[in-house]
Amino acid sequence: MLTLVGKDQPGIVAKITSCLYESGCNLGEASMTRLGGNFTIMMMVKFDGTPEALESTVGPIADSLELRCHVDLIEGNLHRHVEPNVQVSVYGADRAGIVCEVTGTLAEAGLNILNLESDVGGSEENPIYIMRIEGVTSQEIEKLEDALAVLAREKNVETRISPIDVMMG
Amino acid sequence: MALMEILVYPDPRLKQISEPVEEFNDDLRSFIEDLEETMRNGPGGVGIASPQVGRFERIVIVDVSSKPKIKHHGRLILINPEITAYNGFAVGREGCMSVPDYTGNVVRAEAIELAAQDEYGQEQTFEMEGYEARAVQHEMDHLEGLLFLDRLVSRRTDLFQRKAYKKAGSKK
Ligand SMILES: [Zn+2]
Repeated sequence: MLTLVGKDQPGIVAKITSCLYESGCNLGEASMTRLGGNFTIMMMVKFDGTPEALESTVGPIADSLELRCHVDLIEGNLHRHVEPNVQVSVYGADRAGIVCEVTGTLAEAGLNILNLESDVGGSEENPIYIMRIEGVTSQEIEKLEDALAVLAREKNVETRISPIDVMMG
Repeated sequence: MALMEILVYPDPRLKQISEPVEEFNDDLRSFIEDLEETMRNGPGGVGIASPQVGRFERIVIVDVSSKPKIKHHGRLILINPEITAYNGFAVGREGCMSVPDYTGNVVRAEAIELAAQDEYGQEQTFEMEGYEARAVQHEMDHLEGLLFLDRLVSRRTDLFQRKAYKKAGSKK
């Protein structure tokens, strides 16, 4: 797993991926996104060599882009997708603790989070926190719904939950 | 009856446009039986289009009756289908037997009106919504050489806009 983080600037993805391609790497699943002016990359890379060798392959280009680079040896495999069956959206006035309250409630009600995206919007004086979660549960969706309803009431956030029912055709 | 092999992307034939069915004969009906068996054999398959098995004719089968708590018309054999009205939009998750191990969010009309022939050439019309309307639109895309991959929207697209449509929407 190759992780790169640094101040955002144009061309990061193209330069990094062409360096990897030219070094004979194969790219798998990846998440690349801009977070608060930084650009972040987490990417499965198939590479015939040690993590150190990969780090020194990417090092010069990462340095030139002022990106911090980190490599973890993982037991990753492609074609291991787990399909989410529930989606949750939560928003409310931003304050400390909102993420742990929501995710704690969901975990307790039996949700395993596969994907979470959150953002802060609103104005600087009145920020709002917006979260979108996809996950898997083996519980009835009503159980999650009830847990979120309690949270919404007690913590003054808006919550919505709905099943993800994949149409397979 | 026989199971047929499903074409899998990147097979270029999935991009081919299918031709209208002109003869409603026993050959057609026996093909439809095989197509239906192939659909039901696929894990969770609720629809199939003829080009997915390499026969480039405008034939679609949809049956979403196994899904709980939704409106549906049961087993639908749709030949030369045409959508005559689209109403509203909804984002939903789709997968495809021709695109294994991947699902994605797609925007479809929330409700449609549909004209099609059955396996004897009889004209029929339907009004449908939600999951069933999504399945029909997905399968009809196959007739135009389109996959749900051609219509992906970002995960961030609002997944909660459903039902925000008016019954008397614009006709297309
Ligand atoms: Zn399909």
